[in-house]
Amino acid sequence: MFLELYRVHLFIMKFFREAVSPPYEGKEILKQCYQVGYKSLALISLTGFITGIVFTKQSRPSLAEFGATSWLPSLVGIAMLRTLAPLLTSLISAGKVGSSIGAELGSMKVTEQIDAMEVSATNPFSYLVVTRVLATSITIPILTFYTALVALLGAYVNVSMSESTSFSAFVQAFLESITFLDIIASTIKALVFGFTIGMVGCYQGYNSSKGTEGVGKAANSAVVVGMFLVFIEEVIATQITFLFRT
Amino acid sequence: MLQKAKTENKKAVITIRGIEKSFGDYQVLKSADLDLYEGENLVVLGRSGTGKSVLIKIICGLLQQDSGTVEVLGSKVATLSSKELMALRLRIGFSFQNSALYDSMTVRENLEFPLVRNKKKLTKGEITKSVETVLDAVGLSQTINQMPSELSGGQRKRIGIARTLILRPEVMLYDEPTAGLDPITCIEINNLINEVQQRFKTSSIIITHDLTCAKAVGNRIAMLLDGHFQRVGTFDEVFATDDERVTPFYDYNFIQ
Repeated sequence: MFLELYRVHLFIMKFFREAVSPPYEGKEILKQCYQVGYKSLALISLTGFITGIVFTKQSRPSLAEFGATSWLPSLVGIAMLRTLAPLLTSLISAGKVGSSIGAELGSMKVTEQIDAMEVSATNPFSYLVVTRVLATSITIPILTFYTALVALLGAYVNVSMSESTSFSAFVQAFLESITFLDIIASTIKALVFGFTIGMVGCYQGYNSSKGTEGVGKAANSAVVVGMFLVFIEEVIATQITFLFRT
Repeated sequence: MLQKAKTENKKAVITIRGIEKSFGDYQVLKSADLDLYEGENLVVLGRSGTGKSVLIKIICGLLQQDSGTVEVLGSKVATLSSKELMALRLRIGFSFQNSALYDSMTVRENLEFPLVRNKKKLTKGEITKSVETVLDAVGLSQTINQMPSELSGGQRKRIGIARTLILRPEVMLYDEPTAGLDPITCIEINNLINEVQQRFKTSSIIITHDLTCAKAVGNRIAMLLDGHFQRVGTFDEVFATDDERVTPFYDYNFIQ
């Protein structure tokens, strides 16, 4: 257990060391950003839209009891931006992207492709790990805001079915309810989630044991450990944000 | 059949002295000594698990020995900084047992990869020309736009060798080049190893179990037994023995 934690620590330290050392893999980072975004976009759009509809539909009766249905945009906006959008995006990415990274690097390790890269004088850590972790750290915050927007759209669709509210008024109510701290906290949280998902996927894949069983295990661990850590980080992030609010 | 080049050179390009390597309690290499001379093909023979692949991984710095020294092209591998090791690796070609082609890239991209990463001053035209030259050398020009999954085992081996040749290495390390191939493809790979020796003036270590391959390509044979190089010499010298650890090896291969 402690030995594993020490290895994780060394892996993370190596990431920061390699991330600031040339050569910088700009082109590969862009390619990976595209991969991460492209792989998750369809699922995130669908999940975000449905969550917006369902969340609004479930919240309406409670608010209606107090004659406060006009608070729906604020409620949806706050819930989405503060918690649901970062969490949903990260969980979907952990499933789609984390597993894919774990399996890809695991397979490369098993078939000696990582060794082949090393003997052809290419730093595989910089080329494979740094680029993927940076890509998830950059892309997941962007996807988070996209999820929030799509969910808002879903919420508006549900609201507009029961009352006549203009989209601009709906958005206006949403914007009035959120603060700068909400945006900053969400961005930082999504960045940490993205870093975690990329790092867990890469660590599991890069250190997978030999054989096809190792590849499956790496992909599985990337999802399970990634999701578990995202939940832990969510609890910590909520506590820290709460301190800033009070 | 293309014959191996005759070599008289005694200038060592790789010098191995007293290397030891253990994995847990199991000691694979026990004070092994070996020299690879300039321009020669040296075949390392031995049973599975005797540390043949470990040896060449130590030579190119993928593994580190527990003790002893490995000197490659005048540099002591274990003492090099990562930057120096990278520079040395540009002069060493490593052909993996399973080819280790990047399966998300086409043959062209596989071959371009080492050049794009290491020869940044080359123009696109020069890179294309280099790719075409090495593909032609291994006789697989028609596969340039194929994915590795579309190639046969023999073709994958050849592309793997082409990918190492593209950086014009001085030393080639072949890990089981004929493993898992049919006899005709084995002969083609043996010819290719001899052609690489003559055309690219490389010095090579070839790890194999295959005595036909050893006889066809090896200027010298080194037999790895119990962690040491027990017998080193020409093919006939190595097998002119009654040593019960050596003779079954010969009998089995040629009965087959």
